[in-house]
Amino acid sequence: MIEYLNILIIEIYKIFLLIIPILTAVAMIVWLDRRVWAFVQKRRGPNVVGPFGLFQSLADALKYIFKEIIIPASANKIIFVLAPIVTMTLALISWAVIPFSEEMVLANINVGILYLFAVSSLGVYGIIMGGWASNSKYPFLGAIRSAAQMVSYEVSIGVIIINVLLCVGSLNLTDIVLAQKNLWFIIPLFPMFVIFFISALAETNRPPFDLPEAEAELVAGYQTEYSGMMYAMFWLGEYANILLMCSMGSILFLGGWLSPIDLYPFTLVPAPLWLIIKILLLFILFSLVKAIVPRYRYDQLMKLGWKIFLPLSLTWVVLTASYLFYFNLLPVN
Amino acid sequence: MIIHTIFFYIFSIIAIFSAIMVTVSRNTVHSVFFLILDFITISCLFIMIGAEFIGMIMLIVYVGAVAVLFLFVVMMLNVSKQKNEWLGDEKNSNHIPIGLLISGIIFFELIIVVGGWKYKPELLKTFSSIGIDLDSTNTHEIGKVLYTDYIHLFQLSGMVLLVAMIGAIVLTFRKREGIKRQSYFRQISRERTEGVELTDPKNNEGVKIDV
Repeated sequence: MIEYLNILIIEIYKIFLLIIPILTAVAMIVWLDRRVWAFVQKRRGPNVVGPFGLFQSLADALKYIFKEIIIPASANKIIFVLAPIVTMTLALISWAVIPFSEEMVLANINVGILYLFAVSSLGVYGIIMGGWASNSKYPFLGAIRSAAQMVSYEVSIGVIIINVLLCVGSLNLTDIVLAQKNLWFIIPLFPMFVIFFISALAETNRPPFDLPEAEAELVAGYQTEYSGMMYAMFWLGEYANILLMCSMGSILFLGGWLSPIDLYPFTLVPAPLWLIIKILLLFILFSLVKAIVPRYRYDQLMKLGWKIFLPLSLTWVVLTASYLFYFNLLPVN
Repeated sequence: MIIHTIFFYIFSIIAIFSAIMVTVSRNTVHSVFFLILDFITISCLFIMIGAEFIGMIMLIVYVGAVAVLFLFVVMMLNVSKQKNEWLGDEKNSNHIPIGLLISGIIFFELIIVVGGWKYKPELLKTFSSIGIDLDSTNTHEIGKVLYTDYIHLFQLSGMVLLVAMIGAIVLTFRKREGIKRQSYFRQISRERTEGVELTDPKNNEGVKIDV
C-alpha cells in the first residue's frame, strides 16, 4: 500500500509541475498575442500593468473572478456549468502525453498521437454543451456552427497525421520526434504543414475562422450567455488548446525538442527549451494571422475544409505512401 | 493489482449506470450525453485491458464523430418535446412485445457468447490460432492481421461504407435553382471592361442588373 501511495504522490507532484507552468504560459501568451497584434497595427498594446504590461492577464483574471456569474433562469443548469469545465479539462489533459525531451514526458503511451487527436475531437462537447444549455437561439446556432467547423477540420488534421505516421511507423510521440533526427518533416511534407497550420487555426476557432467572436454580424457564438469566471474558463481553454495545437505542430513537423543543427553551440540549449521556442514561433505565426487576415464567411470556411483541404491531404497520403513504397523507405520494425 | 480491480469496478459501475440512464432519462439530449459518458468509460475499460488502440479509436470515432451527429439530430429535431409517453399510451403499446422480443434475442446471444467463452474456451481456438506477438504494440498486431489475413473483408467493408456514403449524398443532394452562388473563377477572371458597363436606361423600365 505504501508503494502505491508513493507512486501516487510522485505522479501528483509531476502533474503539478506540468500544470502550473502551462497555466502560467496560457496567461502569458494571451499577453503576447495582444502585444503582437498591437505591434502589427502600430499600437502599443497592454503595457501598463507590471513590466511591459506582463501582469495584464493576471489583472484580467482578477476582474473575471470578481464579476458575478449569471446563470440564465431557463438554462439547463448542470450542463451550463459543466460546459466550461469540460472545455478547460480537455484542454489541459492532453498535455499529459506531450514529450518535452526524451525523458521529460508524463505519460509515454504507445498511442500518444491518437490520444491527442481523440482529446482534441472531444473539445467539441464543451462548445455544444454550452450552446445548448444556454437555451437561447444565438448561442445554440453559434454552437452548431462552431461544432460543424471543428468536426470538418478535424478530418483533414487526421489525414495529415496519417501522412506523418507513414514516415514514422509508430504512434508514439517520442518515436515521432526521434524519427526527425536527420530531417524535420516540414521539409518533405511542407504542403501538409501549411494545411495543418490552417486547419489548426480553424480547429481552435482562431481568426480568420473566429466566427464565435463575430459579435457584430453573428451575435458571437456559444459563449454569449456566459459571464465572469465561466466565460474566462472558455477563453483560457481556447488558449490552452492553441498552445496544444502549436506543440502538436512542432512535434509533428518541426522536430519537437531536437535542435535544428546537431552541433556544439546548439546542443548546449536544453531540449525542452527548443520545444518551447518552436511553440512560441508557431504561436507568433498564429497571432500574425489574427492581425492580418480578414474573417472568412461561413460557407467559404466549409468549402475550404471539405472541398480543398480534404482532397489535397488525401492525395498527399497516396503520394507519400507510393513514394515510400517505391523507394523502399517504409519504416519496418 | 488491487488498484486495477478498484478502477475496473469504478469504470464498470459508471458504464452500467450511464447505460441505464440512456434509456431511462426523460430528456433526449440528456440520454445522448449519458451515451457519450458510456462510450468514454468503455474506452477506458478497453485501455485497462491493454487494448489502447481500440480504446482510442472508440473515442475518436464514436465520441468524436458519431455522438456529435446524434447530438446534432436530437437538438435540431427538438425531440425532447415528445417525452417517454409511449409506455402508458394505448395506441403505441404494441411496441412492447417487439421490444421484448429483440432484447430477449440479444440477451440469449450474449448468454451463448459469454457462457461459451467462460465454460468452453476451446470453442474459441480459431481466434487464438492467429498467433499474437505480445511484445509488439497492439496497433502493429491489428495491422498485421487486418492487412494480411482479412484484407478482402477489410476492403469489402470499406466498399460497403463507400457505397453507403455515396447513397446518402445522392439521396440528400438537390441542386436548388434561383439562388446566387459564388464562383471564384468568375470573380478572379473578371476584367475591368466587363465589370463596368455604361447603359442608357429607358424611362419606366430601368436596368436589369442580374446576370
